[in-house]
Amino acid sequence: MEPQVRNLVDISGSHAALAGRADMVLERARWAAEVFQRYDRGATMAIADAVAAAAHASAGKYADWAVKETGFGVAAHKKLKNEMTSGPLLDFYRDDDYVNPRIDEQRKIVEIPRPAGVVLALTPSTNPIATINYKILISLMTRNAIVISPHPAARECSVDAVRALAGAAVDAGAPEGVIQIIEDPGIPLVEELMRSPKTSVILATGGTAMVRSAYSSSNPAIGVGPGNAPVFVDSTADIARAAKRIVESKSFDNSALCTNESVLITLQEVDARLQQALKQAKAYVCNEDDVDRLRRYLFHDRGFNIECIGRDATWIAQECGIRVPEGTLVLLAPITQIGVEEPLSREKLCPVLAYHVARSRSQAITQARAVLRLAGAGHSAAVHAMDERVAMEYASAVEAYRVVVNAPCTQGAAGFQTALAPTFTIGTGFYGRSSLGENIGPGHLVHWTRLAYNSDASEPFGNYHDLSPAFSGPLPEAPADGVPGSNGYRAERAGPLNESFSGVTREELRRMIAEELRAALRR
Amino acid sequence: MSEAKLEFLDRSRAFWNPGKTQDWQDMGVDLVIDRREGYYLFDMDGRRLIDLHLNGGTYNLGHRNPELVEALRAGSARFDMGNHHFPALARTALAESLAACAPSPNMVYTAYGSGGGEAIDIAIKTARHAMQKRKIVSIVKAYHGHTGLAVKTGDDRFSKLFLSEDTLGEFVQVPFNDLNAMEDALRGRDVAAVIMETIPATYGFPMPQEGYLPSVKKLCERYDALYIADEVQTGLMRCGEIWACMKYGIEPDIMVTGKGIGGGMYPIACTCISEHCGGWLKEDGFGHISTGGGAELGCIVAMKVLEIVQRPEVRTMVRYISDYMRSGLENIMAEYPDFFIGIRQHGVVMGLEFNHEQGAKPVMKRLYENGVWAIFSTLDSRVLQFKPGLLMTQADCEEVLRRVEIGIGLARDDVMGGHRRSA
Repeated sequence: MEPQVRNLVDISGSHAALAGRADMVLERARWAAEVFQRYDRGATMAIADAVAAAAHASAGKYADWAVKETGFGVAAHKKLKNEMTSGPLLDFYRDDDYVNPRIDEQRKIVEIPRPAGVVLALTPSTNPIATINYKILISLMTRNAIVISPHPAARECSVDAVRALAGAAVDAGAPEGVIQIIEDPGIPLVEELMRSPKTSVILATGGTAMVRSAYSSSNPAIGVGPGNAPVFVDSTADIARAAKRIVESKSFDNSALCTNESVLITLQEVDARLQQALKQAKAYVCNEDDVDRLRRYLFHDRGFNIECIGRDATWIAQECGIRVPEGTLVLLAPITQIGVEEPLSREKLCPVLAYHVARSRSQAITQARAVLRLAGAGHSAAVHAMDERVAMEYASAVEAYRVVVNAPCTQGAAGFQTALAPTFTIGTGFYGRSSLGENIGPGHLVHWTRLAYNSDASEPFGNYHDLSPAFSGPLPEAPADGVPGSNGYRAERAGPLNESFSGVTREELRRMIAEELRAALRR
Repeated sequence: MSEAKLEFLDRSRAFWNPGKTQDWQDMGVDLVIDRREGYYLFDMDGRRLIDLHLNGGTYNLGHRNPELVEALRAGSARFDMGNHHFPALARTALAESLAACAPSPNMVYTAYGSGGGEAIDIAIKTARHAMQKRKIVSIVKAYHGHTGLAVKTGDDRFSKLFLSEDTLGEFVQVPFNDLNAMEDALRGRDVAAVIMETIPATYGFPMPQEGYLPSVKKLCERYDALYIADEVQTGLMRCGEIWACMKYGIEPDIMVTGKGIGGGMYPIACTCISEHCGGWLKEDGFGHISTGGGAELGCIVAMKVLEIVQRPEVRTMVRYISDYMRSGLENIMAEYPDFFIGIRQHGVVMGLEFNHEQGAKPVMKRLYENGVWAIFSTLDSRVLQFKPGLLMTQADCEEVLRRVEIGIGLARDDVMGGHRRSA
């Protein structure tokens, strides 16, 4: 009979067990982070490159898997996102150095990068793999350890993907445990992880409740609120191109990204032309009855119907009993009101675009502000206009920290068709009750120690050009004395600031060198 | 020292153990452990010490590890010690957990003691029954406990005092790492078993030379003796594998685990027995009886200990702690090369060697003054036992190294006087 490991007394739900598990994962991460800080830039980027390559190679596999597991989105678009968040993401930051000190001769200041330590990353079900790729890479670039807590609905693909990336990292020389995933992310365990003093920063992407919980955990958190982007098509816009971009954006991954356009606002004088152009771009313009059906289907008492997140337009139309032409990419829902009385003016993570015609520019801007007041404060907005004065007026009025101009908002706000930082975590800033208003990138996972000299001109600045912290790399492996193949201990070379070598006698030094040689010969 | 402590020490002398109480005062260690948490001990006067003694691995997972406390608490809602005569849920469940991670697939049975010594006695009795021979070979300065048979395998300091040393020539001791002596002891084919701490702890962790342990095992096979692995101090992941003998490629016939298996929360010790030497369990299962042995609450705690130490995170952390401590100790050794002369290491089992007969004693004292509790090796005072816990944090490891550097420097001056020669 085979022995079985059985559990007679189950304590898995107790606080002690949850805290114990959280603590162990985070402590392993702390060790990894501590060792990772010994790596130089070359070794760091080699690890990031290897992980990016692995992520790129399996972009398609995990895109399919994510769609199959969650039911959200379009596999081809997810593949693209998974690819964009691997090599291209790394390339975007390739010239930024988060490892070596920066020297400012003018101000007599030297800045030394200090990684956060352990990043706790909460990842969503809508963009599971792209968010994982992105968070892992920005952590690796900055020599942080990362613990991923995936959304339970995307657990399986997330666990598999992270294991593969963790393996690629270690194979490329990363400290073991630098990438970990919580394989059974129940809420009580995640709360323990967020609360633990061993978590340096929480990078929270997901639903409002989870983000707020991250903020109230007592740990530093970079959380993002929901989106609800208004897009204004001005009379000065290139209508045909605007329509094409909006449909392209709204149908991308079936609006599973929070940067998708939610409410299109335009003016009476372009209404007809714009509707025509949208139809040409494969949007279906709903009649009043259709809009009624959509409203009832997408929103019930408990809020947005998560069934339709990331579903395609024809599927949603069919569910609602709306007949649409084959190949329809977006359902355009004309609405007359914006605000609490019109649920369609809320966030819709599916290719349903509310459509509102304003009587004037100033009214359009007022309405755009109202969209963001309802939901999505601090997130994203878009404008299509050839007159930069319109863009300026719009952008300075709406309470969003990124306003995409003449580009698809879904991709543009996330930095993929604009020069904004490519991201899967949108800082919703003070408007959105978040700490940061930018697109989150590696720079947010590092703080800098600043050596600041006396500004008096009589005090000279030092020459820091050939100085850097001792990058001693991985810890030398401790011996297992007496175990075959454990060839004694190879101590690391002492760094330039380590004086211990000067304390070693000549004889001692000779002995050490001889030992090192012997060890090398035995290998 | 507070009035309260002075008074307490008087009581300790009066009612507990006058000799032991006084010896510590004489060695400059006035520790009376009160509160304890994680790897910290708090003296009754409030001073904090980082525990690197861990009572030989008893506190591998820290003092009052919350998961173990919870397992014991929850377990006591259903179990107590249990009745040792009957088939028992928890005793069998722990035996299965042990069989599932045993160093040999043949190791199916577990017999229980309430402490390591008793479990060693069971191992010796089991070997004697299986081989129908009486002689037991152990290592000079070995340490296997203080019970009737175990005490005879060890240094006679502990047996002669009680007129309990072997007088019949049944217990033979040979030097560690000496294969010729071992073969001489076994050649007569009258030995039931060789008992071997995988790394002799109380002797200051001298490390087995490459090939030594596997050769001893081969000699046992050649001369019809069993191999008993004492894994009380080396097991439970301290050497980076659940049992250290696995690292040396040994499949023992009998294995003993104690101390850490009870997590410092409920005393229990286990003798894991291979099918081929467990004959007495069939012939007369009542042959060994122990009311407290394998108390079921202890079994519940032990199962949790086994589950925790086998988590992948623990494996990684043991490696980090081993590497980090070694790296730091190497730097300290380079600073005091005339005093701190060697490091013996396998995982988080470490012995620090000093260039003086009693060298580890002043180091212990100076470390104690500097907030670190590590004990000298009872049977080799040149060596300080240096035993970080399995779950030690990086911050605490760094803290230990900082304090050890200071403590060793002071101890060096105590022993060798004056300033560092090489500075």
